[in-house]
Amino acid sequence: MFDTYQKQLGIAVLAIIGLTILSIFIGVSDVTPEKLFANSDDGRTLQVLLISRIPRTLAILLAGGSMALVGMIMQILARNRFVEPSTAGTVESAGLGLLVVTVLAPEMPIFGKMLVASLFALMGTFLFLRILRSIPLRSVLVVPLVGIVLGGVIGAITTFFAYRLDLLQSLNAWLTGSFAGILSGRYELLWISLVLMIAAYIAADRFTVAGMGQDFTTNLGLNYNRVMTLGLIIVSMVTAVVVVTVGMIPFLGLIVPNVVRQMQGDNVRRTAPWVIVIGAGFVLVCDMIGRVIRFPYEIPIGVVVGVVGSILFLFMLLRKDAHVA
Amino acid sequence: MSLDTFLSSSSTTTKRPRRLTFSRPAKRLFFLGLLVAGVITLFMTLNSRGNWDFVIPFRGTKILALVLVSYAVAVSTVLFQTVSGNRILAPSIMGFDALYVLIQTVLVFALGAHAASTLNPQLRFVMEVAIMVLFAGLLYRWLFGRTRRSLHLLLLVGIIFGVLFRSMAGMMQRLIDPNEFAVLQDMLFASFNSFDRNLLWVSAALIVGGSVVLWRIGHTFDILALGRETAVNLGLNFQRTVTIILIVIAIFVSVSTALVGPVTFFGLLVANLAYQVAGTYKHRWILPFAVGLSILFLVGGQMVVESLFSFNTSLSIVVEFLGGIVFIVLLIRGVGR
Repeated sequence: MFDTYQKQLGIAVLAIIGLTILSIFIGVSDVTPEKLFANSDDGRTLQVLLISRIPRTLAILLAGGSMALVGMIMQILARNRFVEPSTAGTVESAGLGLLVVTVLAPEMPIFGKMLVASLFALMGTFLFLRILRSIPLRSVLVVPLVGIVLGGVIGAITTFFAYRLDLLQSLNAWLTGSFAGILSGRYELLWISLVLMIAAYIAADRFTVAGMGQDFTTNLGLNYNRVMTLGLIIVSMVTAVVVVTVGMIPFLGLIVPNVVRQMQGDNVRRTAPWVIVIGAGFVLVCDMIGRVIRFPYEIPIGVVVGVVGSILFLFMLLRKDAHVA
Repeated sequence: MSLDTFLSSSSTTTKRPRRLTFSRPAKRLFFLGLLVAGVITLFMTLNSRGNWDFVIPFRGTKILALVLVSYAVAVSTVLFQTVSGNRILAPSIMGFDALYVLIQTVLVFALGAHAASTLNPQLRFVMEVAIMVLFAGLLYRWLFGRTRRSLHLLLLVGIIFGVLFRSMAGMMQRLIDPNEFAVLQDMLFASFNSFDRNLLWVSAALIVGGSVVLWRIGHTFDILALGRETAVNLGLNFQRTVTIILIVIAIFVSVSTALVGPVTFFGLLVANLAYQVAGTYKHRWILPFAVGLSILFLVGGQMVVESLFSFNTSLSIVVEFLGGIVFIVLLIRGVGR
């Protein structure tokens, strides 16, 4: 009836659902199933659930799944498994865009700010690819190296202006990934990333083909540049949406796709659901750690993932065969 | 147990024709010395309005801090590059200064905020430096010691270690009670605009001590630059010399980070400029050039920040911007091969 792939994926999805339910009941305000049905506190518990807990959990699932997926798309398009939005200057560019639009047009609705941030993210990514073309590619590791430093340079521009405009603290608050501020009414933008995920899944086969190189793609009758552009637009928009609503979540798009690749190979249509599920689960777990470890205070997800993600990244790099791939 | 992995590509980058060969290094060094003296004089006198009783001690300590930091960063970077045999690795890029910030945070965390803020700052500083030397030694022994690793891998691993240390420090800082943390903030975040005056004399003592050690083994630097095999053939106790140098580097990085906070790319910037300007590969020239350029930039830069931007920016941001661009250019040119 179901093949192994579907069975395993099904189990993974069930595990995520379990974690989701767990996540909903973790927090400062005491929310338990009994209280929910006891009907004794004038629906206050229900209110907390609807305004804070459920939006937060949805935001986690959407952000985690989509950031992991765009990480994979970037790796395929750049043909380098160490690339993802935070190792390519994309995230920092989106941050710069957010700063620019906040300073120049503070009245603009959040959707407009997101679009501006997307535009900056797209330009930053193109700049990154442009620089890559002028580097003699002797080692796969040069690519993330350039990307991280480019991100630092763009970040320095952002910090420079934020410092002069006395926005440094607000900037840090915006850009450090955190789900603490997620309430009903402040996360809905993330549904855009669901739309983009679906679009990416529809175009999955094109990305697989484009990952085989320009000549191969053209031989199969596909417009290589068009596929690249589509991919980069999806990457930039998802990055911008997540940066604007949640902040930066480093290394997520790097760790998850590489773990999935170990299990499932390179076919995007096969791996995409796994990447989304594991990405969402990873962020869910990290967010729960951040909420529990210093209860009742909260450690932002960006910091937790920064620690866990960089340890996993180091592990990937220092494994024996890491530099072969 | 050998450091040869990262010494393999030592002499490949020296072939570029030098444009400035018309003059000898001594002349240029003299000129650089004049510039440094000029910029220091300017720093001391600019907009002083004759209020010397205040200006001289106030700016004097500031100059001292900047000179100490310049010296520490320049010498540690040049020697790190000599030991590792390339022009693109630097202690701060390998996460040394992030490690120091992490140690500071862990110490505060372990002692408790109250104990940490009442502890004698000099004593605390010396403890931090001691732990730093230990851990930096272990970490870099492990990284450079075992199997052959490519330079790009080392660079990337170093940068990610930096991210890890920074994130761990960030996490620890949030694990400290937020109310207590407010007390510690000044202690943990030194910068060019507000450096830690308490540590000035201890820092100076550490720098002088480290320099004496370096002076005594100074004759080995040029030999080390030839690479491990050659150095061993020439009768150098390679392992021992490199260990001593790495310890001094760890001390110097602690000093500069404690005084003004982490500055990732500054060392890379001045070291590479020094190679260009000095026009020689002898350390007796390169080191003074690097130190001179470093002082010139830090003091000059701080002056620009203070007078032109009226403190409304931080020198480290500007350094990060320029240094990052230079780093990418070096990668493109293939220096990091």
